[in-house]
Amino acid sequence: MTATATDAAIVARGLTRRFGALTAVDHVDLDVPRGRIYGFLGPNGSGKSTSLRMLCGLLRPSAGSATVLGFDVAKSPDEVRRHLGYMTQKFSLWDDLTVGENLHFMGSIYGLGKQALQRRIDELLAEYSLAGLRNQRAGTMSGGQRQRLALAAATIHEPELLLLDEPTSAVDPQSRRDFWDRLFALANAGTTVLVSTHYMDEAERCHRLAILAEGRLVAEGAPADLMENIAADVLRLDRDPGVALRAKIAAQPGVLGVAQIGAQLRIICARGAGQERARLHEFLLAAGETTALEPIQANLEDVFVVATHAPHNRAAA
Amino acid sequence: MNAWRRLYAIAWKEATQLRRDRLSFGMIVGLPLVQMLLFGYAINFDVRGLKAVVVDEANTTASRDYIAALTATQVVGRPRALASGAAADAALRAGAASVAILIPGDFDRRIQGGARSAAQIIVDGAEPSIQSVVQGLVAVPLNARHGMVQNNARLVEVRTYYNPERRTAVQIVPALIGVILSVTMVLFTSGAIVRERERGNLELLIATPVGRTELLVGKFLPYVAIGLVQTTLILLVGRWLFNVPIIGSLLQLYVAALLFVGASLALGLLVSTFAQTQFQAFQLAFMTMLPSILLSGFMFPYDGMPKLAQWIAQLIPLTHFNILVRGIVLRGADLSELTPQLLKLLAFMLAMFGIALLRFRKRLD
Repeated sequence: MTATATDAAIVARGLTRRFGALTAVDHVDLDVPRGRIYGFLGPNGSGKSTSLRMLCGLLRPSAGSATVLGFDVAKSPDEVRRHLGYMTQKFSLWDDLTVGENLHFMGSIYGLGKQALQRRIDELLAEYSLAGLRNQRAGTMSGGQRQRLALAAATIHEPELLLLDEPTSAVDPQSRRDFWDRLFALANAGTTVLVSTHYMDEAERCHRLAILAEGRLVAEGAPADLMENIAADVLRLDRDPGVALRAKIAAQPGVLGVAQIGAQLRIICARGAGQERARLHEFLLAAGETTALEPIQANLEDVFVVATHAPHNRAAA
Repeated sequence: MNAWRRLYAIAWKEATQLRRDRLSFGMIVGLPLVQMLLFGYAINFDVRGLKAVVVDEANTTASRDYIAALTATQVVGRPRALASGAAADAALRAGAASVAILIPGDFDRRIQGGARSAAQIIVDGAEPSIQSVVQGLVAVPLNARHGMVQNNARLVEVRTYYNPERRTAVQIVPALIGVILSVTMVLFTSGAIVRERERGNLELLIATPVGRTELLVGKFLPYVAIGLVQTTLILLVGRWLFNVPIIGSLLQLYVAALLFVGASLALGLLVSTFAQTQFQAFQLAFMTMLPSILLSGFMFPYDGMPKLAQWIAQLIPLTHFNILVRGIVLRGADLSELTPQLLKLLAFMLAMFGIALLRFRKRLD
């Protein structure tokens, strides 16, 4: 088996995981290109963590297969793990070890020699602004500091692939921005990054994106393409129609989502045969609402709403 | 090369964490010390000065002599005189006395006749080991002064080997090495894997190339050292406080201790693969302790146990270690005379470790 047969870092086909009666991941196909930041977007319980755990061999798929860095995860998980960095959702380095000790331990586990390890630790401490915290116990650090340490530890062996499970869920906005700068630096250096998130702004920064809902892959592509090719009209009503009318609008056939943004209403309207938008217009006129509906650019949230309303999704839910 | 590096890293991490965990670290020294003092001073099979009451309805020279002879054994203290058998029953019931001596009014005649028992000794059977001790009182001649009743007690001489003064400490302290080690060793490792699972460290650890054997052996090694430190501590305290001599080879004693520590740690690791939480691990660890203490020959002689208990005892490492340690420390036996026990300990350790290894998977499901 050759490690670089394809230029895809991860290829998954029909990846499925059931926990008893619950299907956490349902026939997911993935092609994650090398050297890119690939996002898993989805709400809690959509199967992001379960997918990541299957990709690093921590969970066995109930059906389907995954090839990671050219190796079948089910058959040779330790081959995959050698070239993989994994950051769990919860901070899982050792609270009672210092920053330096945690890095030293993880480096040794990945088989780094004494001198190489010392050099790498110095490098990482500088890169992740942890130099002053070298002798600080991990348990006493802030959320942002722990997150930097976790990323430093996950990259200590310069892995080809990073799997990051909601890495920014416990940190402040500034730390999130810094964190993403670091991810881009890693991707530019050739590392493939697979990151799960439920933040739309983070998802938008990914090169490619998979949207998961209830365990199924409901949309996949570059964020810009996904927004461009959205199968719905996004309309803006430049007025606050009040609670009663808003509820009626949301109940109209073809209306997939209604969100109030300040004094504006954002309406996602199915495109279907082209009739939905006209009908909505008539409904508004009949209701005495004369403000015109303006078509606007879709964002990822709209893509998400449309994707999770797709008929195949509703039928199975 | 990488495997050794990883093994060392795991062992180093475990040792560092243990050093920083003040309570656990204190337990390494504190637990053996407290148990030594408790067991060493409190456990006393050499029963003396039991509280006794006496109802002497005869009140003759013979009956008074008999009471004096009983008191002279020191098994019972000076008995408190009561008026009636009913009062003696009440004293026993209330726990005010463990032994009641009833002497009927026709005591002298009964001694002469020999057909009916001349005196009655009532024993509180609710308390362990008192009954067997009081059996010794039966041998006290009923009429020593006049030599009228033949007593064969003097014809049999009892000598106690290896512990001529019959001090309980000499029996207890060597066996305590095993008891204390089996408690601390199983407790330490039973939490080793569960703790990391509970804190979430395990998910990260098993997503690395670290091997199962490296992980388990790495967690095992620091505790081997701790086990040997505890052994040393118990031996020193035994020597200083309880004056227990070590007749056999010290090196051989450590070889035996090393195997026993290994067996106990492996059992703890196995427990750790079953438990989902540290609390469960402690309960499971505790479950292994009681049979160890009760069936290993620490409390009751192995030969006196029913067959079923003996079979169970064969599966308990402490049984074999007790034979080893009593042999080496008290009888000066050589390990070459004790190879079956050594081999059984080794087999137990390998079996437990093997099963633990098979049960431990680098997966979350």
